[in-house]
Amino acid sequence: MKPAPFRYADPDTLDEALAVLSAEGEGAKVLAGGQSLLPLLSMRLAAPTTLVDINRVPGLDTVEVTGDGVTVGALVRHNQLLGGHRDAMAAARVQPLLARATANVAHPAIRNRGTTVGSIAHADPSGEMTAVLALTGGSVTVASPAGVQTVEWRDFFVGPLETSVHGAEVVTSAFFPALPPRSGTAFAEVARRKGDYAVCGAGVVVTLDQDRRVERIRASYLSVGLTPEVHDLTDAVVGKPVDSADWAAAGALARTLVDPDADIHASADYRRLLVAVLTERTLASAAAEAAARATVE
Amino acid sequence: MTTKLFGEPVRRREDARLIVGKGRYLDDIGHNALAAAFVRSPHAHARITGIDVDGALDVEGLVAIYTYEDLTGPMAEPLPVLIPHPQLTAPRTGYPLANGEVNHVGEPIVMVVATDRYIAEDAAERILVSYEELPVIVGVDAARAAAHAVHEEIPDNVAARHHQQTGDVDPALAASPRTLSFTQYIERSACTPMEGKGVHAKWDADDRSLRVYSSTQASTSVRAAIAAKLGLSLEKVEVIAPDVGGGFGVKIVHPWPEELLVPLAAIALGQEVKWSEDRREHFTSSAHERQQRQEITVGYDDDGRITALDVHIWHDNGAYTPYGIIVPIVTATQLVGPYVIPVYRVVVESVYTNTVIVTPYRGAGRPQGCYAMERTMDRIADALDLDRAVVRERNLIQADQFPYDHHLTFQDGRPVIYDSGDYPGLLAKLRALVGWSEADALRNDAAARGKLLGIGMAMYVEGTGPGPYEGGHVQVLGSGKVLVATGLTSQGQGHETSFAQIVASELGVPIEDVEVTTGDTRRFPYAVGTFASRAAVMSGNAIALAARGVREKALRIAADVLEASPDDLEIDEGVVQVRGVPGSSIPLRTIAVLSNPLRYAFDEAAKQATQFAGPGDDSKPPVSPGDAPGLEHRDYYSPIRSTFASGAHAAIVEIDPATWEIDIVKYAVVHDCGNVVNPMIVEGQVHGGVAQGVAGALYERMAYDRDGQLQNASFMDFLMPYASEVPDIDIDHQSTPSPLNPLGIKGAGEAGVIPGTAAIASAIEDAVGRRIAAMPISPTELYDLVRNDDSELTEAYTRRSGTGAMA
Repeated sequence: MKPAPFRYADPDTLDEALAVLSAEGEGAKVLAGGQSLLPLLSMRLAAPTTLVDINRVPGLDTVEVTGDGVTVGALVRHNQLLGGHRDAMAAARVQPLLARATANVAHPAIRNRGTTVGSIAHADPSGEMTAVLALTGGSVTVASPAGVQTVEWRDFFVGPLETSVHGAEVVTSAFFPALPPRSGTAFAEVARRKGDYAVCGAGVVVTLDQDRRVERIRASYLSVGLTPEVHDLTDAVVGKPVDSADWAAAGALARTLVDPDADIHASADYRRLLVAVLTERTLASAAAEAAARATVE
Repeated sequence: MTTKLFGEPVRRREDARLIVGKGRYLDDIGHNALAAAFVRSPHAHARITGIDVDGALDVEGLVAIYTYEDLTGPMAEPLPVLIPHPQLTAPRTGYPLANGEVNHVGEPIVMVVATDRYIAEDAAERILVSYEELPVIVGVDAARAAAHAVHEEIPDNVAARHHQQTGDVDPALAASPRTLSFTQYIERSACTPMEGKGVHAKWDADDRSLRVYSSTQASTSVRAAIAAKLGLSLEKVEVIAPDVGGGFGVKIVHPWPEELLVPLAAIALGQEVKWSEDRREHFTSSAHERQQRQEITVGYDDDGRITALDVHIWHDNGAYTPYGIIVPIVTATQLVGPYVIPVYRVVVESVYTNTVIVTPYRGAGRPQGCYAMERTMDRIADALDLDRAVVRERNLIQADQFPYDHHLTFQDGRPVIYDSGDYPGLLAKLRALVGWSEADALRNDAAARGKLLGIGMAMYVEGTGPGPYEGGHVQVLGSGKVLVATGLTSQGQGHETSFAQIVASELGVPIEDVEVTTGDTRRFPYAVGTFASRAAVMSGNAIALAARGVREKALRIAADVLEASPDDLEIDEGVVQVRGVPGSSIPLRTIAVLSNPLRYAFDEAAKQATQFAGPGDDSKPPVSPGDAPGLEHRDYYSPIRSTFASGAHAAIVEIDPATWEIDIVKYAVVHDCGNVVNPMIVEGQVHGGVAQGVAGALYERMAYDRDGQLQNASFMDFLMPYASEVPDIDIDHQSTPSPLNPLGIKGAGEAGVIPGTAAIASAIEDAVGRRIAAMPISPTELYDLVRNDDSELTEAYTRRSGTGAMA
């Protein structure tokens, strides 16, 4: 379990990083936190010709919070979005899903080193942050020698462990739009062991209308598809008062919309069951939050 | 006496060293050694049609490549069948490197030696092996069906039919008021020690001697195997087990191919060579345990007393049988547990599959036996509408029935005679500890919270401390330091502490003066190994006897010097004292100096032992006939038979009926290992055992697919529980000392793991009302079970539903 030979570059600037990536071609990989990439190398499941370590590139380690949303730089570690961290508290006021989902990411040692953007660029359909990017309708910023462009989440995730980013491109940040008014969120997982990739996870956003009736429900799931998907569950409970909506009906609807695979940890049917259960449970919690926010607003 | 440390919770003296990274594990040795890596089979069953190494030859740093063709003499023969048995009629073992055929994924085919491990793996990756794939057998049922043979010349896939019986079971069953029959399964798991296996070898060409470090549980026997296989004289080979990061059984197997091939390369190349097993290698190339299919028929009366028991087990032994049929024998003989079984017949068919070999993993067949017996008790209770504890109680061997002869033959070839115990006592303590009688109230509380609660228990008896022997050497130096050596090895059990406690107590010296060495053939060349919960029983008693020998000699010399009778002397804090006469004393270190008459005074202390130091007795030689210089003694302990520890566990689980997640909310252990050397260490052993019991019940399994590919050969997918998955453990102790050994102790190493699967299966069954007949069980499997209309409901569930208690 030792990596095959590779070259290593640790450029000081983004331009330099892009230049190395241009020179190396498709065989180069960007290294940020390394929590997924290095195990793949050690197991020789990946054998890049060059690792371009961007940890020395300045300006990528910030969390910017505006009224529009939260921009997370490519070197922001998971822990920076979690719990008592100053950035996390600022971000939570605008988009509480970030901290809620991050709390489910692996273990402290991994969260200290692993990055949110790296997790998104890794595009694992079991990853928490891929689901959150999709659920919030987020996007990523991709730098290339030709310039900087914004890529919507739907265009970014191409397949399991596969994104639209290739060659001389670096994902420099991810943008999570702010939670809309009169909305609440919740995130929950079922994992075999604490901190494992979820057997199934769910994140939801509930938005109420002015009369505290359900206006819109969106949900995204972990470990149930090849790429992150967002499902609109509004129809199941639209117009229902927040206090008496039948969240189980939304769960039942969700169950019909997903098409999970089986693996050694769970059958497809069990994952469908969890989609229904987690949908019902998270919706109840998110709706309560939405109601509370609607009252304040 | 101030130095009485036996039985005290002395803190583990090795921990500071190990915790701060000062341990010396295999990979810490030989930084400049060449590294070995292996090309291993990607197929579960195949003929090797060619090996093309050309692609590897231009890898810079490559030193050597070995295939079967390079092996000669004993190395070209199959690996030894370590424990032959007359019922093991078709034993098979692999070769150090595959000889034309592979029988499981991970079997070694080519060894590459290079300047470092990275390069060795680069070269290994470029070696092309071509195969002709053969049909694959995975699992006991496929092995039993024998549509294909793992080994061509064994068409029924049966390595052994192990058979024991204590009477004529068929008429006994026919005469039984009631009988029931059922079939159940238990899956594979594995030891998965934190440190994998590893070997470092250094050849001294001038001295023509070999030093081998191995992460092993049996250094003396590894030494003998290396000498035999490589054609070396025993005195030219030394084997040392350095700090070993866990064993749990897998490292008792030997010689592993790597333990022979690494020394072979070191000798051939004249350079140090090292191999450190990586995690993937450990999953596919070491050993697993526990898969069995169990068919059980029990006869019993209306009170739930067993009248006859007939058990037929199919045991998956993997591709080879290097460790013989030890696991089948242990299952067969430990199955009966703490119960009176008037007539018992057991047949264990040990069958070949195209999977990693099966050898002892902590518990070593006992968890399966316990699962068979305890689930039988649960079924009888269910059928008769009796409390599960009551059925057990009615079948227990009583405290006045010891020694209790089961008329079976144990893994050491000796009779299964329980030496001592108090099983009703265990059960009473367990019921109190877990709150057995409050289960219905807890069930109702949980139901109010939307949870299904269940409780289960399991009891076991564990044969520990099998022979043939261990030895100990104790020596007092002129500095006052006390050196202790025993040949068996340590893998983290705290032997440095517990053995030092024994010597400090026996000899009357401060524990700080005692230094313990284990598993180093230079210090103690006669040993068997660390397995079967035997270190404290075997080496503990041997060391105690050695310390008593030293004490006797010290008192004899002191009596001379102090002009007193040895009977009037005592030793405390390292000083021999005439009892009741202050000032009349002599330190042990001085006795050590005097015990070795000297010509040359190399230091101040030595002066006292030289020829002109004082008046001598000219009528006697300086060393009396029959005596020997030095204050030291070597002794051995060889038991007449194993000593039998016992215990009882209970688990309370809560199940979420929406997600079918299983949470152990209480886990209670009552444990009896006779006299305890160090209760803190024993509790640590229980905790670790329970963790592995929970692992085997709810998390771990070897997920082989139909092609014999292990789908979860990493810690990402093999679900070894974290601390977050292991429940808090309530422990109560009972002590029935063993009459068989001087210290009255029984083994404690494996106990904690044995009843986990049985107790947790019972608790889940109690919670969901469906028969649990395959373990481990995961939430997805539990979901499948409860929504399957064909799955069997328990009688208790039906009764409870009838009264509305489950509603």
